[in-house]
Amino acid sequence: MGSDPSVTTTAPSLLDLIGSTPLVELPRLSPTPSVRLYAKLEGQNPTGSIKDRVAKAMIEAAEASGELEPRRPLLEPTSGNTGISLALVAKLRGYPLTCVMPANVTEERRRMLRLYGAQIVDSPGEEGSNGAVRLALELAESDPSFFMPFQYANEANPRAHYEGTGAEIAAALDHVDVFIAGLGTGGTLMGAGARLRESFPQLVVAAAEPLPGDEVMGLRSLADGYVPPILDVSKLDRKLLVTNEESVAGLRLLLEREGIFAGVSSGAVIHATLRLAEELDEGVIVCVLADAGWKYLSADFWESKDVGAAMERSVWW
Amino acid sequence: MAAVRIPPTLRGEVGGLRELEARGDTVGAVIDDLVARYPPLAGQLYADGELASFVNVYLGGEDIRTLDGLETPVDDGETLILLPAMAGGSGGVRPHGV
Repeated sequence: MGSDPSVTTTAPSLLDLIGSTPLVELPRLSPTPSVRLYAKLEGQNPTGSIKDRVAKAMIEAAEASGELEPRRPLLEPTSGNTGISLALVAKLRGYPLTCVMPANVTEERRRMLRLYGAQIVDSPGEEGSNGAVRLALELAESDPSFFMPFQYANEANPRAHYEGTGAEIAAALDHVDVFIAGLGTGGTLMGAGARLRESFPQLVVAAAEPLPGDEVMGLRSLADGYVPPILDVSKLDRKLLVTNEESVAGLRLLLEREGIFAGVSSGAVIHATLRLAEELDEGVIVCVLADAGWKYLSADFWESKDVGAAMERSVWW
Repeated sequence: MAAVRIPPTLRGEVGGLRELEARGDTVGAVIDDLVARYPPLAGQLYADGELASFVNVYLGGEDIRTLDGLETPVDDGETLILLPAMAGGSGGVRPHGV
């Protein structure tokens, strides 16, 4: 434990400090003492998010399969946590990384990627994230030297959570009734959910997912709907939609009551956790807080009177 | 009567409305009522006679796929939300055609 100065450890590399994140109880958020809430603090990974696990696992899997030769350039369409995690792993393992992102993403993400050493290719801002994916695919096709990890379809993503996130929770607790995480690629819910079900067969696996604002929605048709290949919705027991306002209310509650400064998806996860906690008379709920709040500090919503309007134009996780 | 929230992409099919009232005691019946009044919606919501995999329907904020699907009972005054399935996890990057 960190509180015992007689126990000191060293790690050979920052990559060896990925995972084994703390699991902390949230007694001040629990509606009743017989319902115990625990949060897995993924913001304590080296680049500050759960995606460190995924980036490391995807690169190691590609190295093991022989697909990723030394110094082969990596390419990923991303402007978020996965890009930053890949940038760290790529740097330490000796791969150049190019991230394709819309020209209008926030400067703090762009700067962070540059500082980690990633190259950035801009895709047209008005095409949003679809444009970044399209351009990345074009680049990968025209230059086969690129390796694209592609977290949405990469089995190393859920496997990282099966072997890591889920196994760590199963080792830490004698019993878990409900497991809740945010729904993005589906990696955490599929991988950790499967591992926890092995230890606790009656487990309820619950997803919190974002209700985007109209402006984001307006860019997509229903036929543009996308279900990541690694996500099997039939493995989810609950799937709860959370508004941006509810997510921010969850963030504030988490900070006020428990002193945890978390990112937007964690606010949604806390909202869903409290909703499910109300349904239980007793039990243990574990939720995953995917990142910390630092990367969102410049966002307008923290002090906005109209949170919905302040968050309308972006996808937040 | 249930309220049905219409995503921006479908509002053109329903005269620009953000929300509609529809009748039915199950999710399927409510959607059928909607489609009967606005037939172009059928092609957007269904594939091979079933709710298309890329369409998500929520009742009381919960995906009907984790409830009883189209058979899920709907009480008077409840709200249905229709949304395209969206992947997150990468700062809003949503692959298409991959």
